[in-house]
Amino acid sequence: MRYHHIELKNHQRELYYFRLRLALSLGFVLLLMTVLLVRFVYLQWLRYDHFHTMAENNRISIVPIVPNRGLILDRNGVVLAHNYSAYTLEITPSKVVDMEATLDGLAELVDIQPKDRKRFRKMLGENRNFESLPIRNLLSDEEIARFSAQRYRFPGVEVKARLFREYPYGEATSHLIGYIGRITQKDTDRLEDEDLLANYRGSDYIGKAGVEQSYERELHGLTGMEQVEVDAGGHGVRVLSRSTPQSGNNLTLTIDAKLQQIAEQAFGNYRGALVAIDPNNGEVLAFVSKPGYDPNLFIDGIDQQSWDELNNSPDTPLNNRVLRGQYPPGSTIKPFMALAGLYYNKRSPTYTISDPGHFSLPGTTHLYRDWKKDGHGSVDLFRSIVVSCDTYYYGLAVELGIDNMHAFLAQFGFGEKTGVDLEGEQPGLLPSQEWKMRRFKQKWYAGDSVSAGIGQGYDLVTPMQLAYATATLANGGVGYKPHLLKALQNMETGQSTATKAEVSANYPINSQHFSLVKSAMIAVTQPGGTAAAAGAGAAYTIAGKTGTAQVVGIKQGAKYDASRLAERHRDHAWFMAFAPAEQPRIALAVLAENGGHGGSAAAPIARKVMDYYLLGKAPASMPVVGQTPTAVLESSGVDAGTNPAPSQEEEEHD
Amino acid sequence: MTRRQFWQRFSLHLDLILLTGLGLLMLTSLVVLYSAGDATWGRVLAQMVNIVVAFSVMWAVANMPLHYLMRAAVPLYTLGMILLVAVALFGEISHGARRWLNLGVATIQPSELMKIAVPLMMAWYFEQHEAALNLKSYAIATLLLLLPVAFIAKQPDLGTAILIGASGFYVLFLAGLSWRVMAVVAIIAAVSAPFLWDMLHDYQRHRILMLLDPTKDALGKGYHTIQGMIAVGSGGILGKGYLHGTQTHLNFLPESHTDFIFAVFSEEFGLVGNLILLGMYLFVILRGFVITANASTYFTRLMAGSITLTFFTYAFVNMGMVSGILPVVGVPLPLMSYGGTSLLTLLLGFGILMSIQTHQKLVKT
Repeated sequence: MRYHHIELKNHQRELYYFRLRLALSLGFVLLLMTVLLVRFVYLQWLRYDHFHTMAENNRISIVPIVPNRGLILDRNGVVLAHNYSAYTLEITPSKVVDMEATLDGLAELVDIQPKDRKRFRKMLGENRNFESLPIRNLLSDEEIARFSAQRYRFPGVEVKARLFREYPYGEATSHLIGYIGRITQKDTDRLEDEDLLANYRGSDYIGKAGVEQSYERELHGLTGMEQVEVDAGGHGVRVLSRSTPQSGNNLTLTIDAKLQQIAEQAFGNYRGALVAIDPNNGEVLAFVSKPGYDPNLFIDGIDQQSWDELNNSPDTPLNNRVLRGQYPPGSTIKPFMALAGLYYNKRSPTYTISDPGHFSLPGTTHLYRDWKKDGHGSVDLFRSIVVSCDTYYYGLAVELGIDNMHAFLAQFGFGEKTGVDLEGEQPGLLPSQEWKMRRFKQKWYAGDSVSAGIGQGYDLVTPMQLAYATATLANGGVGYKPHLLKALQNMETGQSTATKAEVSANYPINSQHFSLVKSAMIAVTQPGGTAAAAGAGAAYTIAGKTGTAQVVGIKQGAKYDASRLAERHRDHAWFMAFAPAEQPRIALAVLAENGGHGGSAAAPIARKVMDYYLLGKAPASMPVVGQTPTAVLESSGVDAGTNPAPSQEEEEHD
Repeated sequence: MTRRQFWQRFSLHLDLILLTGLGLLMLTSLVVLYSAGDATWGRVLAQMVNIVVAFSVMWAVANMPLHYLMRAAVPLYTLGMILLVAVALFGEISHGARRWLNLGVATIQPSELMKIAVPLMMAWYFEQHEAALNLKSYAIATLLLLLPVAFIAKQPDLGTAILIGASGFYVLFLAGLSWRVMAVVAIIAAVSAPFLWDMLHDYQRHRILMLLDPTKDALGKGYHTIQGMIAVGSGGILGKGYLHGTQTHLNFLPESHTDFIFAVFSEEFGLVGNLILLGMYLFVILRGFVITANASTYFTRLMAGSITLTFFTYAFVNMGMVSGILPVVGVPLPLMSYGGTSLLTLLLGFGILMSIQTHQKLVKT
């Protein structure tokens, strides 16, 4: 009883203390509420006049002045992206009472297509009501005059002068230059994360893809500010102060626009990709992903129909194949494999096999077939490259083992991003024992090595990676990081900053090994080689290698027959090359999707590109882009001598 | 079941007085959101969905007997700590801070869970050791508080860290932490303030400096404070009228539907509106105090007190921030600001309050 009594007493004492503290808390709450109340009285009553004046009479509006976006030029000063000024008809939704009536009324004065209305509706949904939104771009003088006369009828509708972006090369540079588009909520969130939102006040556009995206910071420039006194209706009364905007920097790319155009044309109806690199410094000379799209469509919001067409096309024109297309390298891996065989002493230059047209692992019956049914007969290292003998590399791969292959091929950048200055690059795939265990929880089998020996199986490369590997090979094992930016020109100071070549791989190849493989690659483009037709009559030596990347697996014993297969199931055709072989100035990788054979589909494209780059020889039918090099670049130090006229000697050979 | 019976069953565990207060505040929120969105319905409708979801959660929690809640304390707290560690290791960086965890299906912000889990855990701990409370118990409870707070402050999310710190402190205070200890800690804090200053991130220091003189950075961070004060001040006694706030509609006001929604309200409804709004908050808080005072167990008392006081703290910090007496730390105005997550956490808390109130009422009768 007594015990119970104490507990009860304790309990009550505890409750008493608790309630005391609770009461103190209540006092604390009331005190702070009073603080707030006093603050409100101070702001809204005592200082009302002050804040009222600030809000009402002397509303200083900070009006952002959007800077001019930097231009994008090719290495010779040819304009790839520029701005032009034009008049637009814009509507501020919040000031319009009856939107339908307004649009109908406007349609009587200026040409407004259903497409324009649809786009405008979409923007209405995406933007705040107090922003002015364009209903029509590129008004003609006549339209402006007609509208101005009737302007009083349309409150909230204005004619504004705006800068527009244009890509004169359109589809040919679509995946390279990308495009700008209207800033969306997602962009806004990202800008906020990067603490850049203030600089985008007033900006309507932002880079969405390609160079426009990756060099957004350079291109955009610094937004200026004007402090304007506005009346109660929000109209400007006078300008109080002004800080001028700073134009974005002009970009000079390493791209040669003419070369780019020729490469794009050379694909004809093929889908695919081409990357050309200067092996001496990593400058990307051409960057083509076929098919492309018209980037100009995206700037003011693409209409639904065009979008559906692009997005649903089986040709996937929106896919940047150069960076994001991952394909088995096929036989283009062989020159690198040959070097690995020599390096690890698994093959000597004179070691010869007798190729029956297939290979099998010791103690098994499974046949790994050569692409040539009856085999190539007696094959040494030189010939294995020239005729692209699969059997030679099946055996070599097994002897090397996957981990040696992995280590050696990684030196040429296989299996990792090249680090080119565009976003969205894929890393490809260079398998190893460790990788397979991690990915599939399976050990590596000798059979896996067999396929890997000819660039099939798990191996994947992007055209960018293969071009980089080719350039590194051309340069004897020293690779420069591929880059698109040649120089940045600051529009304020006029100063130009050139990009420095950056060595990204430095594994010099044994010179004897290198000259053997190189001579075999030269023979590839000469009579008897797999790309003989494409190399015929060239005025310079081409070191190349063809490849085919299997799209569908072929059953044991079945034979690959291109004519019987649906076009989409045909093999992808590869060609890698560098030229002139003695002193390489261009290295490239070409992929023709479903092209069948590298020699017939991909190599001719490469030839056209090299002919133009090395000899200045352009195909006869070239569309002319209505652009001339601008004067902007006068001080940017662009090297105009990149494409010298062919020398006398070379012409005689031709 | 007749409609009447259904209604009785439905509202059995809802505290109708508290619900009235919450309903009034959320209704006001919808009215103000319509204005903040320049007279568009988009955010209003979205917030209605948020309210329905959060209300369902509140109802479910209110119907849950308290021992379920007590049992959940340790698992919830442990889960929260694991998630906080995961955020520190693999979290996504957003707004210059690492706060979010991407689970593949959804991204979550574990600090939000801790707003409930920390006071819950501490209240549970005190309940377990009620019979023999000593200095060591308080020290352990403090450790339970400081561990998550340190992680959250490190993200950095100073606003949330301070608020969770406050909710935990309320538990300590109500659990009877001795005045002497509090005084000693306060002195130590004052002495070490200069060192803490060095530990703050640049943007946090910047914000605190801006509080002292917002005009210094009128285009940057100070812009928020200045425009907020102008909006509140120019509202005057009666306000500019619904949908007529110039600060709001001429886009002077930043984040008008989230952290600065009070400025929208204040500009359009003036001092009178503010008084009514403060009245509504006070109503909810007072009901919270009544529930706390009547709570029958140590655990429920601590929990109810902490929830109520934390709710007040949120409201005070936000209104103080908008009216320029506290730094801009990014705390939404409870029940008013747009956003589903904060609403969910708040109504979860109120669900606990209702459960405390209604379940013990049933026990008594």
